[in-house]
Amino acid sequence: MNKSLSLLLAIVLAAAYASAQEKPTAFVNAKVIPISGPVIEQGVVIIQNGKITAVGDARTVKLSSDVVVIDAKGKVIMPGIIDSHSHIGNPAGGDGSSPIQPDVRILDSVNPRSASFQRAQSGGITTANVMPGSGHLDSGQTLYLKLRDNVEKIDDMFILDAAGHYMGGIKFANGTNPIRPGGGAFPGTRAKSAALVREEFIKAQEYRDKVAKAAGDASKLPPRDLRMEALVEVLNRKRTVHFHTHRHDDILTVLRLQKEFGFKLVLHHVSDAWAVADEIKKANVPVSIIFLDSPGGKIEAKDIKAENGAILEKAGVLIGFHTDDGITDSRWFLRSAGMAVRAGMSREKALYALTLGNAKILDIDNRTGSLEPGKDADLVILSGDPISVYTHVLETWVEGKKVFDRSDPKDRLIQTGGYGATNDRFMDTDHDDGGQE
Amino acid sequence: MNHTIIKRLSVFASAVIVVFCASQTFFSQIAVRGETVFTMAGEPITNGVVLVKDGKIEAVGPQSQLKIPAGYRIFSAKVVTPGLIDAHSVVGLNGFLNQPTDQMALDGSGPIQPELRAFDAYNSREVLVQWLREFGVTTVHTGHQPSALVSGQTMVVKTFGNEVDDVLVVPEAMIAVTLGNSGLAGQGKSPGTRAKQIAMLRAELIKAQENARKTERPKDLRSVAWLSVIERKVPLLITADRAQDIMSALRLAKEFNLRIVLDSVSEAQLVLKEIKESGFPVIVHPTMARPGGDRESLSLEDAAKIKAAGIPVALQSGYEGYVPKTRVVLYEAGMAAQNGLSQREALELITIDAAKILGLDGRIGSLAAGKDADIAMFDGDPLEWTTHCTGTIVNGKVASEVIR
Repeated sequence: MNKSLSLLLAIVLAAAYASAQEKPTAFVNAKVIPISGPVIEQGVVIIQNGKITAVGDARTVKLSSDVVVIDAKGKVIMPGIIDSHSHIGNPAGGDGSSPIQPDVRILDSVNPRSASFQRAQSGGITTANVMPGSGHLDSGQTLYLKLRDNVEKIDDMFILDAAGHYMGGIKFANGTNPIRPGGGAFPGTRAKSAALVREEFIKAQEYRDKVAKAAGDASKLPPRDLRMEALVEVLNRKRTVHFHTHRHDDILTVLRLQKEFGFKLVLHHVSDAWAVADEIKKANVPVSIIFLDSPGGKIEAKDIKAENGAILEKAGVLIGFHTDDGITDSRWFLRSAGMAVRAGMSREKALYALTLGNAKILDIDNRTGSLEPGKDADLVILSGDPISVYTHVLETWVEGKKVFDRSDPKDRLIQTGGYGATNDRFMDTDHDDGGQE
Repeated sequence: MNHTIIKRLSVFASAVIVVFCASQTFFSQIAVRGETVFTMAGEPITNGVVLVKDGKIEAVGPQSQLKIPAGYRIFSAKVVTPGLIDAHSVVGLNGFLNQPTDQMALDGSGPIQPELRAFDAYNSREVLVQWLREFGVTTVHTGHQPSALVSGQTMVVKTFGNEVDDVLVVPEAMIAVTLGNSGLAGQGKSPGTRAKQIAMLRAELIKAQENARKTERPKDLRSVAWLSVIERKVPLLITADRAQDIMSALRLAKEFNLRIVLDSVSEAQLVLKEIKESGFPVIVHPTMARPGGDRESLSLEDAAKIKAAGIPVALQSGYEGYVPKTRVVLYEAGMAAQNGLSQREALELITIDAAKILGLDGRIGSLAAGKDADIAMFDGDPLEWTTHCTGTIVNGKVASEVIR
């Protein structure tokens, strides 16, 4: 390589490095709720290249000379909110052909341009577990998504694990929803529901053993079976089971299945959790719960209590909240925490359930769920106390990019609703700069 | 029976009567003290008290001026408001289990059934009625649901009492009409389009005009119901979300000189001027109603925008087909306060403004001497998510002491 060429290369490399190295942005003067530590009344959060680089007290955190300062005086900053159970993106999983469809991936159905993603951003949500429905014993694989902007395809919202695979779980359900009397392959009773699921997992165990026995010998491998492959991931604790269950006895049925097959489990909805909180704790299984304005609407939810959060907290269970959007609207997901506190939960655990609790439930707490250096710059700027009715979400940031800004009339329309607010969007170039003025 | 025994018996009896009366008197006399009393009939009173006697409000004023007479049961709360009014619901006709056996707000046999009376279907012991009561709701305008062109009648009830006769305030309040998609019948049936909906309504109203001119009026239930509409005795509650449906409702009202109340009005912001000029009141959709279908354009700010335009407006819990089976107007008012209304205005929408639209402001909706003793108590700002309703009084009786 001649001298001038290597000089040119050096210049090119330096330029590339400089553009990759964004200027740091510091949010100052805000009340900061890191979740992972005590509330900081005069806090500073510094982000750079999509990551949080510093969180601390205004009196101790030093700002570098190149920092872009955003004054958040009078505002509250907390981690981006995580929804551990949502149906945004117009997803549709398993069809009517059979009750157990582990091969069906929700990713093959989600519309990344759905306005429901923008509505969720306007509610401060930065991460969601998008799930298929509960009309099956297993309606398919779920998908953990970052609610980034400017997405053209669903891949642009993936959360990748250390091996580079997109992350997601699998949806199961029991109780009345999957039961279809006279529904052919579908179960007609609760006992049949449990039997069908057990049978499928036993098949998966056998498939796993055959694969192990083949020890890589292609001639001995069983024919590829997409259903079995997904369930083997479940058996190997590589794919979490998100189990829709309401009634106390149905919850215990799920715990029994978990004990038999050893899968990673999150209990969802758990309307009767208040009645079996100690059993849930004993099984050491986390829950994802929902706030509803009134009991009922379906028989299984007739005994749901707003006190579930408080009772589970007392029992020492890991708790997350969910919207189940469209059952409740992502835009006022913060209300779940307020209502849980109203019913006796501690403010700390209620906010934890919206953020780090859900991050742990989705196994993404190494990268999001709290304001800590090294984590993704996912944060929400609020006009006041997160659990107050009068508080607005002002800004939502995902990985260092502003994806919602209430001061932008177009974004405000999404948040408050109005004519044209629900139209699905094509790429919104307004946010190309990610708020980096 | 000898004379002495009769005498002894009568002494015993009168003693029983005295004790009974004393206890009755004790429980019908209540004083509710509030650090803030929102009377909704003027400025809030700091350190106020509401005196209740025989089911009515006896007096309201500052504790410094109004002494609590001996023998009154005393309640204390941080904030006291009039009993809340849910201006449009279906609770009591529809139950919380959401099974065919407890869903009575819609009969599917025909698109036009104005003769269906709400009080023939009301379960005053329904869990959802109790649920609303525990959040301070004392009056509900409930009835047939907005899912057919004319689904039936509505009524106004109090939320505390064993049987419908104990709780009825207005037996035939309005007749429920639904325009737009949710008012369409199934495939192949009429109405199948918006234009057909209006044609069918006009036909009914023209017939009613003709019947009104007859010396021998028809006595069938349906004709009688339409006569009460054409003679302005009963208003139509017209659920209309799209601007075009709102305009259709106004056109219909003008053509037949009807009394109407506009319901839901998700696109009201597009036709505010027209609604204002019509003079008709609005019961706006629940603030947190789902945006979809004819309601895709609803806004959290609708209540505030409609109120600011000077249009009479109240809030509702509305109709819910699934989970949750009812909303709570207190929460809906809270969300309206987050989105453009002051705390006081939001409270107006679920008290005095609702009473006015129901034509009951002489009786409920504010704390004033002579009005029904309907009172809600709170341990903080009633609209705040974390505040609890600590007690509800209906017609001077303690209806709830649950902390919600």
